[in-house]
Amino acid sequence: MHQLLTAVSGPGFFASPQVHTAASIGAVVAIVSAVTGVFTVMRGQSFAGHALGDVSAAGGSGALLIGLTPLAGFVGAGIAGAGVMDMIGVQRLRGRDLATGIVLGAALGCSALFLYLGTTSGSATGATQQILFGSIFTTTPGTLTAVAILGALALASLAAIARPLLLATVSPDIAAARGAPVRLTGLLFMLALAVSVALSALAIGALLSTALLIGPPAAALRLAKTVPGALVTACLTGVAATWLGILLAYDSYYWGPGHHSLPVSFFIVAIIFATYLAADLLAARGARRRAATPVTGEADQDKVTA
Amino acid sequence: MFSGFMTNAWATATIVAVVAGVVGYFVVLRGAAFPAHAIPKGAFAGAAGAALLGISTLIGLAVFSLLGALAIGTLGRRGRNDVVTALTLVMMLALGAAFLSRTTQYEPEIYSLLFGQILGVSTTQILPIAALGAACIGATTILYRPLTLSSTVPEIAEANGIRGYRIEITFLIVVALATTMTVPVTGALLIFSLMIGPPAAARSFTSRPALAMALSVAIALVTVWAAIAASYQYNWPIGFFVGTLAALSYGIGRGWGAWRRTRNGSGQAAELPRQPATDRA
Repeated sequence: MHQLLTAVSGPGFFASPQVHTAASIGAVVAIVSAVTGVFTVMRGQSFAGHALGDVSAAGGSGALLIGLTPLAGFVGAGIAGAGVMDMIGVQRLRGRDLATGIVLGAALGCSALFLYLGTTSGSATGATQQILFGSIFTTTPGTLTAVAILGALALASLAAIARPLLLATVSPDIAAARGAPVRLTGLLFMLALAVSVALSALAIGALLSTALLIGPPAAALRLAKTVPGALVTACLTGVAATWLGILLAYDSYYWGPGHHSLPVSFFIVAIIFATYLAADLLAARGARRRAATPVTGEADQDKVTA
Repeated sequence: MFSGFMTNAWATATIVAVVAGVVGYFVVLRGAAFPAHAIPKGAFAGAAGAALLGISTLIGLAVFSLLGALAIGTLGRRGRNDVVTALTLVMMLALGAAFLSRTTQYEPEIYSLLFGQILGVSTTQILPIAALGAACIGATTILYRPLTLSSTVPEIAEANGIRGYRIEITFLIVVALATTMTVPVTGALLIFSLMIGPPAAARSFTSRPALAMALSVAIALVTVWAAIAASYQYNWPIGFFVGTLAALSYGIGRGWGAWRRTRNGSGQAAELPRQPATDRA
């Protein structure tokens, strides 16, 4: 058994404390992202989910300049960005993407300035790359606690607004007619999304943050027939992709003669992308088969994603 | 401020602003802000790949931006557009991360590829930029009618035999072309600001397409020129000025729109003709 594990994982994989931290922080972030992501994908707010990662990263580099902790910068800028997006975004899908774009553009401009000032004062080497991609292997156990606590907070607030949020997502008109606070749930959702994305961007980088937020939920929504089913599938897919990606990245050091390991984000994203493509093909085939048979299927996944 | 290498900066910036203003008008009209962000940012990975292979950056950018446009267009045909855009973007960036892990000589260039190095444009770079820019403007001019129709009233466009899918792919390819020429100059992240802010601002001022497009180009030009001047003066990165000025122009547009609506009473018909209910399902 031990030999088998060693053969699969390369020497020292399970003993490495870095791997432990990366695996646990990856799992926590994958679960928080998957749950938030199911709502994000259903609401068609993938752009906001991606943009908030960059916005919070701008806050992170700004915080470093004025001597605050990166966590404060990430979460603060994420929440502020989400607030502005919600404020200037009209309720239409199209206007929302535009509002997201405006906020993102301004944040990236500030990022350029902060990184420039950071490098001229001689502190931030490789900061650009860190901001772009991030790294799961450099996180400390201290980050894990902060991520777990704030992640739980985001999940709790999502759970509290889940019912009106779902109704407002699937049918805003019915929700409004029933007197559900559509605007308020939308804003609360944006704030929960901001906290979740800021945390994952800090812990695992903006690139993986978007991948875990959108990929597993999108794949799950193609396959699952109910929202709880999609939530569970998304969590499992996200955690599995993260762990498998860490394993492969660790292994890749032993591939080939050069002893270059490939970045963990590359493997995780590749697995997630392949999973989405597979789920997409499966769902399309299922839809064709249902269309070929005379019996009409009632509640397929199109209802969920519509 | 207007001598020597600065002449090149002013010339390229002007070309970039005109292209961004024209293409950006349709980006905003089609609600394609996310692809307009994803294609340049993902194309950056192509530059990293080109550096690894030792070929021209421009080729790497062209290949990756075209691949990105095609992936978003074809996969988005069946799945959710925004989801597909996000996944295509992260996949391209992940490839970029893999490329970068294989090379060490590239790192100092990342910042300039992301945030632009307009002040360091050489004379030999201007010609390809001008050619690609002319191609973008030409394609947009030819596509003007079908693009406008399918962006505002897709049903009527389909009835006239304009295939929404083909228009979408063609448009994304135009964005990819614009990306290839502008990324080495303005950076992957800030061409996006120019494609969103000025056109969105222009559309708050007028609902007539041709006028809005002209205004969009004008605002983009003012933004870029002011950014170059400020960057030269204060020695801060040009990206900061482009990003914030573009957002500022949008803010002014929104403010002006709000002021006009309150002056016109309850804003009857001020909002309706500009944006018909054509949200993608």
